[in-house]
Amino acid sequence: MSETMLALARRSLLEPAGIGESELTRLIGQLMTGGVDYGDLYFQYSRHESWSLEEGKVKSGSHNIEQGVGVRACAGEKTGFAYSDEIVLPTLLDAAVAARAIARHGDGGQTPAAFRGESGLRLYRPVDPLASLPDDAKVKLLERVEQEARKQDPRVKQVMASLAAVHEVVLVVRSDGVIAGDVRPLVRLNVTVIVESNGRREQGSHGGGGRVTYDYFDREDRALAYAREAVRQALVNLDAVDAPAGAMPVVLGPGWPGILLHEAIGHGLEGDFNRKGTSAFAGRIGERVAAEQCTVVDDGTIPDRRGSLNVDDEGTPTRKTVLIENGILKGYMQDTLNARLMGVAPTGNGRRESYAHLPMPRMTNTYMLAGKHDPGEIIASVDKGLYAVNFGGGQVDITSGKFVFSASEAYLIENGRITRPVKGATLIGNGPDVLTRVSMVGNDLALDSGVGTCGKEGQSVPVGVGQPTLKIDSLTVGGTRG
Amino acid sequence: MSAPVKSPAVTDPETRARLSAVVEAVLAEAKKSGATAAEAAVNVNQGLSLTVRLGEVETVEHTRDKGMGVTVYFGQRTGSASTTDFSDRALRETVRAACTIARYTAEDDCAGLADPDLLAKNIPDLDLHHPWNPGMDQVIELARSAEATARGADPRITNSEGASLSTHEGLELYGNTHGFLGAVAATRHSLSLSVIAQDEAGMQRDYWYTVARDARGLESPEAVGQMAARRTLRRLGSRKLSTRECPVLYEAPVASSLLSHFVSAVRGASLYRQASFLLDSLGKPVFADFVRIHEQPYLKGAQGSAAFDSEGVATRPRDLVRDGVLQGYVLDSYSARKLKMQTTGNAGGVHNLTIEPGTDDLAALLRRLHTGLLVTELIGFGVNTVTGDYSRGAAGFWVENGEIQYPVEEITIAGNLRDMFRHILAAGSDVDTRGNIRSGSLLIERMTVAGN
Repeated sequence: MSETMLALARRSLLEPAGIGESELTRLIGQLMTGGVDYGDLYFQYSRHESWSLEEGKVKSGSHNIEQGVGVRACAGEKTGFAYSDEIVLPTLLDAAVAARAIARHGDGGQTPAAFRGESGLRLYRPVDPLASLPDDAKVKLLERVEQEARKQDPRVKQVMASLAAVHEVVLVVRSDGVIAGDVRPLVRLNVTVIVESNGRREQGSHGGGGRVTYDYFDREDRALAYAREAVRQALVNLDAVDAPAGAMPVVLGPGWPGILLHEAIGHGLEGDFNRKGTSAFAGRIGERVAAEQCTVVDDGTIPDRRGSLNVDDEGTPTRKTVLIENGILKGYMQDTLNARLMGVAPTGNGRRESYAHLPMPRMTNTYMLAGKHDPGEIIASVDKGLYAVNFGGGQVDITSGKFVFSASEAYLIENGRITRPVKGATLIGNGPDVLTRVSMVGNDLALDSGVGTCGKEGQSVPVGVGQPTLKIDSLTVGGTRG
Repeated sequence: MSAPVKSPAVTDPETRARLSAVVEAVLAEAKKSGATAAEAAVNVNQGLSLTVRLGEVETVEHTRDKGMGVTVYFGQRTGSASTTDFSDRALRETVRAACTIARYTAEDDCAGLADPDLLAKNIPDLDLHHPWNPGMDQVIELARSAEATARGADPRITNSEGASLSTHEGLELYGNTHGFLGAVAATRHSLSLSVIAQDEAGMQRDYWYTVARDARGLESPEAVGQMAARRTLRRLGSRKLSTRECPVLYEAPVASSLLSHFVSAVRGASLYRQASFLLDSLGKPVFADFVRIHEQPYLKGAQGSAAFDSEGVATRPRDLVRDGVLQGYVLDSYSARKLKMQTTGNAGGVHNLTIEPGTDDLAALLRRLHTGLLVTELIGFGVNTVTGDYSRGAAGFWVENGEIQYPVEEITIAGNLRDMFRHILAAGSDVDTRGNIRSGSLLIERMTVAGN
C-alpha cells in the first residue's frame, strides 16, 4: 500500500509551512472561541495547465499555481469566512479571528483533544497528471487530434482542440477532530470543429476526461474518437432543418443528455435550498415525483470519474445517495452545515471551487439507473416527436422548478423512425413533474465522457451525469417551426 | 458584532510601489531568460460580502486575493503562466514555467505585444475609485433594511434567499517590455436581494440589485426591497402560453444579453476562426436602420470604463453600428493581425457598449408592442454564434392592447439573431446602466414562442 492520501496532503501542505498538530490545535482553538459550534480549515494547493491548438498549431499554453487556506466558523445558521493565499501561521490566526467574529461572544467552544485521520476512499491514483506526459508529447497529441478531424471530410474548415490538467492537493481540518486529505488529478481534452458547405457553417464539439493521467486519451483510441465525433456532429448539423416548436414526445439519448436530471431535479434536491424552503422540492420526501421506473442516484464513488471524490471538501467520504427510488423522493444531498441544521447525516456532497469559496451542497455524478426497454423499441413507440442526443448547457430556477437544457444534435421522429436532423433548440420543463411523464426507460445506461462543469452561486465544480435512453411523453421544444 | 470592517489598504502608495516592483522584476526575469518580449499583469483585491436572511446575519465573507500573470515571447512563440504567490522564488518559477511552454508552442506570425504607437500615453482619472468603510453594524443594517422592506411589502412574500451587501476594492497593474506601465484602482459596491412569494399555485422568486463605483450612487435599501418585492409578486399565477408567433419586448435588464450576443459575433476570435454569423459584415446593415451602438470608455464612474485595455492599448469612443450598418469589429492585437486590421482597444472586452436610447419608456413600448410577449427573465444558453440560431427559456407577461394581462412561464422564445437584429422596432429610454453593456428595453418584430 502506498502512502495514504492524508499523509501525502500533510507532507505537501503542512510540512513546508512548519504546521504540525500543535499549530492546528492552536488554530482551531482560535476559531472556536465564543459561541462557534463548528469550524474548519481547508488547505489547498493546485496546479493547472492548458494547451490549445487552432489552425493546425499549438499556439498557446498556460500554467497556473494557486494555494491558500479557507477558514470557516459556524454558529447556528451563521457562517463567518476568511481566507489567505499565504500558508503561514500568523496570517491563518488572523483569518480565524475574522471568521469567528460572526458569533456572539459566549463560552469558549470545544476544541478536539486529538485529531483522527479520515482515510476516505481510493477512487483514483494520487498522481500529478501534468507530469504524466512530456510537454512535446502533449503538443503532438493535439496535432494528431487535429489531423484526424481534418482527414474525416474536406468540409472541415477549422479545428480547435485543447488539453488541460489539474493537480490538486487538499487537506481539511475540522473542529470535531477529523482531519482528511485528498490528491485529485483531473484531465480533459476538447475538440471543436467548424464545417462549411455551400456557404453554410455549422460546428460540432466533443471531448472527455476524468481523474486520470494523460495516457487515458491514447488508450482505446479516445482522443481520435473525440475528433471523429466532433466532425460527425458538425456534418449532421449541415443538413439540419428548423426545429419544431411546441409540446411533443421527446426521446433523450443515453449519457450526456442526463443533464436533464442534473437541472430538473438535481439542484432542487440540494440540502441548502430545502433547509431554507426555497426549492420546489422542499418538504416532499416520500412523495411521488417520477414515474415508477425512475431511480436516480448521486454517486461520488465511481472510480476515475470527473465528478468523483475520495472525500468531499469537508472531509466526508463520498457515497452513493439515492435521490429518487422507483419514483418516490428519498433524500437530499447534504454538506455538514445543512445536514446539522436539518438533523440528518452529511452525504459527502459538501464541495467548493477553492479555498477562497465557502462549501455548499453540490452534485458529484448524477444518473438514472437502467430500465428494461430496448432503445429501438422506445424510438419505435413515437409517432411524431423529437430525438435529442447531444446537449450544450442547462439551467434551472429551483424555486419555480422551471428548467432548460439546449440540444445541439437532434432529429425528428416520424412514425416510429428517426428521420431528419433538426437545428439545436432549448427544451423547457418543470422539474417536479417532468419525470412523472417518463413512460419508457432504456436498458442502455451510459455515463457522460467527462467534460461537465456545474456552476452555482458563482462557483464552478467538475461533475458527471448519465442516464439510459428515456422517453418523456410531453416536453416543450423551443424551435421556430410552429 | 460591532467590529469595524478592516480598512482596505490595497491601493496605498506602498502597495502600488510593491506591485510595480513585482511587474518590473517579472519582466526583467523574462528578459534574462531570453524572452524577446514579455508582459505582466498584477492585481490585488480586498473586500467584504455580507448576507442577511430572514433578518439574521447568515454569512460574512472577508475576501483578499492577489495574482500575477505573465506572457513571454521568444520571437513568435508564446507561453503564459500565473501564480498567487509573490515571493521572489515563486515569481521566478512562474516566469520559468511560461518560458518552458514557449519552447513547445508553434511559431505564430501574429503573436506579440501590442504595437508601441497604440499604447495609452496619458491615463485620465475615470472616477472609479471610491473606498467605502462602513462599520459592520451599518453593513448589516443596509442589508437588513432592504430585506425587511420586501418582506413587509405583502403577506405573500413568505421567504427570502437573503440580502447581500458587498464592497470591494482592487488595484491592477499592467506592464510590458515596450516600457508601458499602467495602474487602475477601482471599487465596486453592491446591494442585492432575492425574495420568494407564494400563493396556492406555488412559489416564485425574483430579485433586484444596485451597483456603483461610489457607494453614494447605490439605490436605497428601501428602493431595492420594493423593487425585489414587486418583481416577485407580479410573477405569481404564471401560466404557460400556447405555441405562437408574436412580437417580443425584452425588458431592459435582459435586453443587454442581445447586445452581448452581437459582441460575441464581432469579436476578432470568432471572425478569424470563421465561427460567426456576422462574417464579412463590415459596411453592411446588420441592425434595423435606426440603430446606433457605440462604446463609451471614458464615462466617469461607469462599470465598463477604462483608459487602456488589457494590452495597454488606448481605448477610444467609437461607433460599432451607425444607421444599422456595422462600422467596426471588437479586436485585440492578435485577432487584428490575423484579420490584417488594427486593434480596436478591446483586449479583455468592450467598454460601456451602449445602444442609443429612443424616446419611448417601457409603458410606451408596451403600447407599441400592442399584443405580444414582454420578457423579463431568460434562462439557459441556446445561442449559436456560428449560425445565429437562438432558442432560450423565458418568463414574462402576456400583453394585449398595450396592457399586461398575466404572467407567463415555461416557454421558449426562438429565432435567428441576424433576423432579430434587423427587425428591432424600438430601443427604450429606460436604459439599465448597471453593467458594461447598456440597453433600454428592445422591441423585436416577431419571434416564435413555444409552449403547450
